Amino acid sequence: MIENIIMLIKQYWHVFLLEGLRYTLILSAIAVFFGVLFGAFIAFGRMSDIRPFKKINKNKKKKGFIHWLANFNPVSWLCSVYTEVIRGTPLLLQLYLFVFGLPKVIPIEADYFFWVSLALACNSAAYVSELFRSGIQAVDKGQSEAARSLGMNKSQTMLKVIMPQAIKNILPAIGNEFIAIVKETSMASTFFVGELMTSYLKVNGVEYLALEILIIVGAIYLALTFTLSKIVLAYERRLNSK
Amino acid sequence: MIKTVDLYKSFGELQVLKGINEHIAPQEVVSIIGPSGGGKSTFLRCLNMLETPDSGQIFFEGVDITSEKVDIDLHRQKMGMVFQHFNVFPHLSVLENVTLAPTVVKKIAKNEAAEQAMELLNRVGLAEKANESATSLSGGQKQRLAIVRALAMEPDVMLFDEPTSALDPEMVGEVLEVIKDLVKGGMTSVIVTHEMGFAKEVSDRVVFMDGGIIAEEGTPDEVFNNPQNPRTKDFLSKVLY
Repeated sequence: MIENIIMLIKQYWHVFLLEGLRYTLILSAIAVFFGVLFGAFIAFGRMSDIRPFKKINKNKKKKGFIHWLANFNPVSWLCSVYTEVIRGTPLLLQLYLFVFGLPKVIPIEADYFFWVSLALACNSAAYVSELFRSGIQAVDKGQSEAARSLGMNKSQTMLKVIMPQAIKNILPAIGNEFIAIVKETSMASTFFVGELMTSYLKVNGVEYLALEILIIVGAIYLALTFTLSKIVLAYERRLNSK
Repeated sequence: MIKTVDLYKSFGELQVLKGINEHIAPQEVVSIIGPSGGGKSTFLRCLNMLETPDSGQIFFEGVDITSEKVDIDLHRQKMGMVFQHFNVFPHLSVLENVTLAPTVVKKIAKNEAAEQAMELLNRVGLAEKANESATSLSGGQKQRLAIVRALAMEPDVMLFDEPTSALDPEMVGEVLEVIKDLVKGGMTSVIVTHEMGFAKEVSDRVVFMDGGIIAEEGTPDEVFNNPQNPRTKDFLSKVLY
């Protein structure tokens, strides 16, 4: 078995590293980058204070339908529905949906790689939005009260007082999300987009050495996630020591 | 300067304020005392609309700030607030804590704001801590910083919400000293406090709140030495001062 592994590495290292590892990293980076971007929007959508029917509750009732409608926030509602749907359905289903379903409604010419990246980004956004939300809500309420009492408006408070503190909670969590995504990209091999699991499929198709190839691919995943988690840990320590 | 008319506020089923009518005159120092859960803090937090009253009005310098048309941020600039738990900004230095609001809200130039801040920090003995992180301060220092942070906006009135309740006993004095100085300088102040001796000493008027209403009010001498309301008597007999 050892000889087989050495042979496979010698003969196919470029497939594993230059193709597999590279695409895994690219996919993960795209997913996390847009995931953070979309996720931030969703988080702020959920925490927004948009109540179009606010004026309806003239006599300030505290119960019943009128009270409910006056406090109804359609943006927040949509964002939480999105998060629940994404988090409540399997990623593989979402990948199928984006690769085979979406092109039928959205008429753009794009390859599988594009749809797979988009699916991963949209999936990640749901999780990242929760990281943002909990990171922001973990900041003591007294902080925003102090800022508001000084005459700062909501966005100044968010930008100058809340976010600088929340980011310390959020950044390490996003690092961990990146690690999770690295592993989840393996599902994209269903569509043969070139990441590490695809390189397993490719090499195995020629060599029929499933165990050996899986060991190699597994080792690459492990090296990658291990390194990343050490980086996140070191970063976290540095934040806490400040 | 501040006038409240028939202020009501409840949290869920619990009615915390039951019709508060109060008038705070310019340069007046009003202490609010009373048992916990009596509505003192809620009343104070209504004054700058950190809590929105359910009904009633609050006039600040003639403007009804409970109106939805009012830009509350504008009026809050004129009302400094000091909190029980200091709420200093931990991600900023001592100096930046003071300069943040003037530079962000009033758009004052950084060096000008820093100059003014140093002057204020000097007044409360924190000048040499200016460049340290706000988290490195002791409780008493944090509260002095919080007072200076509010003063940097040059408010017309200061609201103190139990400013010494979260302090270690040996630090209470240094914070009360700062408030005393401020009050002597003519700052209109509303102080929610459990420090009866302090309330007696600095106040022009003492308000006793219990059960969501103002049960009694008067000069410190009237309230402390000759309370009329049985609840005031009962409360004062139980606290040491």
